[in-house]
Amino acid sequence: MIISIQYLYWLAGVILAITAVMTVSDKSNPKRWSTGLFWGLFAVAFLVGERLPPEVVGAGVLVMALIAGFGGVGFGKHENLSTKASRESAGRLGNKLFIPALAIPLVTVIGALFLKDIKLGGVPLLDPANSTFVSLGIGSLVALALACWLTRDTPVQAMRESRRLTEALGWALVLPQMLAMLGLLFNDAGVGKAVAHLATAYIDMDFRLVAVMVYVLGMALFTIIMGNGFAAFPVMTGGIGVPVLVGMYGANPAVMAAIGMFSGYCGTLLTPMAANYNIVPAALLELPDKYAVIKAQVPTALAMLVVNIVLLYVLM
Amino acid sequence: MQTAINLWPLLGVLVIIIGFVLRFNPMLVVALAALATGFAASMPLQTILATIGTGFIKTRTLPLIILLPLAVIGLLERHGLRLHAQNWIARFTRLTAGRLLIAYLFVRETTAALGLTSLGGHPQMVRPLLAPMAEGAAESRFGKLPEALRIKLLALCAATDNVGLFFGEDIFVAFGAIALMHTFLLGSGIDVDPMHIAFWGIPTAICAFVIHAIRLQRFDRQLARELQSIAPASPTVQESAQ
Repeated sequence: MIISIQYLYWLAGVILAITAVMTVSDKSNPKRWSTGLFWGLFAVAFLVGERLPPEVVGAGVLVMALIAGFGGVGFGKHENLSTKASRESAGRLGNKLFIPALAIPLVTVIGALFLKDIKLGGVPLLDPANSTFVSLGIGSLVALALACWLTRDTPVQAMRESRRLTEALGWALVLPQMLAMLGLLFNDAGVGKAVAHLATAYIDMDFRLVAVMVYVLGMALFTIIMGNGFAAFPVMTGGIGVPVLVGMYGANPAVMAAIGMFSGYCGTLLTPMAANYNIVPAALLELPDKYAVIKAQVPTALAMLVVNIVLLYVLM
Repeated sequence: MQTAINLWPLLGVLVIIIGFVLRFNPMLVVALAALATGFAASMPLQTILATIGTGFIKTRTLPLIILLPLAVIGLLERHGLRLHAQNWIARFTRLTAGRLLIAYLFVRETTAALGLTSLGGHPQMVRPLLAPMAEGAAESRFGKLPEALRIKLLALCAATDNVGLFFGEDIFVAFGAIALMHTFLLGSGIDVDPMHIAFWGIPTAICAFVIHAIRLQRFDRQLARELQSIAPASPTVQESAQ
């Protein structure tokens, strides 16, 4: 392939390394050393991660978790445009501001749909296993060029903005990957098997509908416990989805995966563990009841679980 | 199912539950759960570290798709993207609260499906824009809302952002969840095109829009019903104000 996903890992590594250097040299950040170390380790995982011994990477991940766990990931000061300059800029550029923002998804979809099959001299243009992600990378670079050209700002400024948003996200940027890692480890350790054992030992999966219900409701329940559908998916799909739905009932894996994940999202709507979506907004809106947002979501989530059971049963 | 199943790895799940209930830092909780699960499955420390490392390297596409667009989004924000988006969407204030939220649900879900998940969100869209607009739309019709209804309306604003985001983003092919599903299924020996996973999310996404929109419409009716009984003489207080 001509454009491999490896280039994107390097690109991300370089961006994170620059972020780490900017962080360490930012004296306004009281935790600049631990924050810089956090982003530096993350950069290393992208730059040379696949060439390091896995135990070393694992130890690095634990160090990152310790830094984050003890509040070592902070953020520095950032110079914004004044409100007046920003307003003038918005007035001058108007709807043109939407163009680079829209270019990212547009280029991604075009790349994933049309560039996927293009070959130059027999070599595929995009990494065939990751054409969508490679397209997203190209889309981001095209959009960045457009944005710099429209705003007459520099790529260096873009890096400063990238760092501002990266620091604002903090360890939350790493959490989805941590949860996915945990899911894979759960899989290796046989958590899925244990869950599947508990489910199959007490529930009769000889009925298609029962198996579908166990998968859909199990995804929701596991997500309520974990606060994240990403962690529930490998467990439930490894325990019930693949062996029972695909193995026994010949379900279409794409249908199973899509509806399974959405069932997990119904769980996300119901759980205080998904604090960013459910608890923080209640605080932001200054509601006296911190569960008010979850309460508002309960009827939609329960109705969607019924819908998912029906859809999975009919479509799989 | 004849061989003995080791139930000890479920200890990791327990660590997650306790950790989250006690509000420890999620990164730390996940790391502890990983260690607990490994030890419970009687893996030696080196194997646990290696499993963590391999898993971390395998799932690098997840932060990639958050990280790469940040530079563009940040640069556009610096030049007033948010401000302009707010001005642009503020034209729709003449709607009822329920209809405003239905319109927002539609925009939120479709833009999320195009990968533009950062166009909404609680701090940048719901608090400064959506909630005041919804409240204003309701108050222009019914006067000041009773506290219980006001809380419900604001909670519905946040809920609408969540529903639109969740059921929209999974249709975008380059979204992290699709990557996760694709990677996991590959690991189980099933090769599925990410486009197909995204495609089969569409029926659920449409149902989510319909169900939540019906609920918002019913909230409009609830407002009209309950507030008419509070002020029966003047159901529309200041129609000319908007």
